[in-house]
Amino acid sequence: MAEFFKLRLQLEARPYASRTWGYLSPVLALLITVVIGVLLFIALGKNPLQGLQVFFWEPIRSAYALGELLVKATPLLIIALGLAVCFRSNVWNIGAEGQFVIGAVTAGGVAMLADKSTGAWIVPAIVLAGALGGMLWAGITALLRDRFNANEILVSLMLVYVADMVLSYLVYGPWKDPAGYNFPQTKTFDSVTQIPKLIAGSRANIGILLALAGAAALWLYLYRTYAGFAQQVGGLAPAAARYAGFSSRQALWVALLVSGAAAGVAGALEVAGPIGQLSPYVPAGYGFAAIIVAFVGRLHPVGIIFSALLMSMFYIGGELAQSRLGLPKSLTGVFQGLLLFSLLACDTLIAYRIKIILGAR
Amino acid sequence: MDSTALLLAATLSAGTVLAIAALGLLINEKSGIVNLGAEGMMLCAALAGFATVVHTGNSWLGFGAGMLAGALLAGLFGVLVIWLNTNQYATGLALSLFGAGFSAFAGTRYVQEKLPEQSHFAIPFLADLPFVGPAFFRQHPMVYLTIALMFGLVWFLYRTRAGLVLRSVGESPESAHALGYPVRRIRLAAVMVGGSLCGLAGAYVSVVYTPLWVEGMIAGKGWIALALTTFATWRPARVLLGAYLFGGVTMLQFHLQGMGVDIPSQFLTMLPYLSTIVVLVLISRNPQWIRLNMPSSIGKPFHPGS
Repeated sequence: MAEFFKLRLQLEARPYASRTWGYLSPVLALLITVVIGVLLFIALGKNPLQGLQVFFWEPIRSAYALGELLVKATPLLIIALGLAVCFRSNVWNIGAEGQFVIGAVTAGGVAMLADKSTGAWIVPAIVLAGALGGMLWAGITALLRDRFNANEILVSLMLVYVADMVLSYLVYGPWKDPAGYNFPQTKTFDSVTQIPKLIAGSRANIGILLALAGAAALWLYLYRTYAGFAQQVGGLAPAAARYAGFSSRQALWVALLVSGAAAGVAGALEVAGPIGQLSPYVPAGYGFAAIIVAFVGRLHPVGIIFSALLMSMFYIGGELAQSRLGLPKSLTGVFQGLLLFSLLACDTLIAYRIKIILGAR
Repeated sequence: MDSTALLLAATLSAGTVLAIAALGLLINEKSGIVNLGAEGMMLCAALAGFATVVHTGNSWLGFGAGMLAGALLAGLFGVLVIWLNTNQYATGLALSLFGAGFSAFAGTRYVQEKLPEQSHFAIPFLADLPFVGPAFFRQHPMVYLTIALMFGLVWFLYRTRAGLVLRSVGESPESAHALGYPVRRIRLAAVMVGGSLCGLAGAYVSVVYTPLWVEGMIAGKGWIALALTTFATWRPARVLLGAYLFGGVTMLQFHLQGMGVDIPSQFLTMLPYLSTIVVLVLISRNPQWIRLNMPSSIGKPFHPGS
């Protein structure tokens, strides 16, 4: 069709990947998403300025709003850091949502043991339980991939549905709060289990500090340790990794256990933090959104911090769009998907340049 | 009516959803492209189909709308993957996430809607037979069309020149390119046909199978369909059999509940997902078996040298 206008766009492979576009591509992708968003608001008969304000200004305009921004960024950041290890080693764990849910369940199980006399040790125990739960769930995928060569994409994703059902069984069945008017939820956890708050008056808790420490640890691991190097070679060049004697099985297990633990910790911080009990509303799609966070953040710890904050804005913006503009909350999901699409398209510019050919062939 | 006959009838209907989607995915995987966006395409198509039937009352128009939605989304995916060489897994995942978000967003006003009463289908004479009548011959025409689709696909893939070209594009895009076949256009066509069939499956869910619209109503059927193409080692007849098998597993939960088996419903709901994992493990155990049957270029980008 382009030939009709005697103008052709052609992709030409660059001699080497462009560093500049590596940084610019997420920014351009965000711009494209915003432009489409503005068009969408206009098409829906809403004021696009108000739409932009709800998504990009309201979440940062006050100390309280910033606290909320951190509350939502924490799980996204923690899960995405774990996924970065996975995707860098070419392990396609897309079931972080399930690992998050099981982490929440095991953490919740520990939190339910607490009563008035329990000491503050319960908080680290809860987080540890979450990590173990997430590791266990991701470990199933690792085992089936390692021993039986079963595709990790499908297995990890199927386990998301199974995890949701495990949670559902517990809150409708044995763990249902007897004094809860038959609502499918556990008792509210004792206040001693609450993850300590960052500052009074905000819902943000020390989980965000844990997440930032995780980002620093990931940076050290990826760029300053031999193990981290070996872990990534398998993803970049499997043949080179085999030649160097780096075990791909070990890389698989490390990737899945680390990301499972991260997702599990995120689940633990969620149930012992903002939520405070188990209910069918624990799965909020953070596990899936974190995949986008990881890619938009270039699988780099610093990039992921920024993209987690951005994605958190999308979440808050969606909630505000519902209450202020009367739009469905699922607007968040539309923008998340658009952002990943645009990013993948823009990433083409890293490896290729666009050549414009005028005139007939 | 005999409850076993009812179970068989429901199995055929549930299997049809998986079969249509998996046969579509089979076509696009034969060309060397994996589209992990099946779930998202089915969700958008389910909404498109449902909304069309709400407004027009015609279920065939609904199927058409679903196919169109699936083809358009698959086209977007195809352009990104085939021309811009984006990662197939990531792009498919993006399509699934986008489709889930978009259908939830666009579908809010249809959540409470109901479809007009639809006529019941029955094949004259055969439908009146005892047992086999209610089990096999009172189905929606789509059930029979799906069986025809399977035979048509076998004929196309293994008995026509176009099918041979499609398979060669999937086995060795370089050779097909060298022979002068437009590899990228063929792949786009295969991806869009696959998308339209996923769309048809999605519309069948919201118009016939469970005639309503709720967010996320595909509930993993797109992913199970993706797994089915692997189970079936990319053979259409095995896809159909596998789909009915999984349809049976899905229906078994309702059957067991109806029989009063004392298992919490959540464990029964898990069954299709757990069986997907189990079958995947059984099939994948022998890597040779998969490798021999898999289109060789699957998942790999192809960029014709200039």
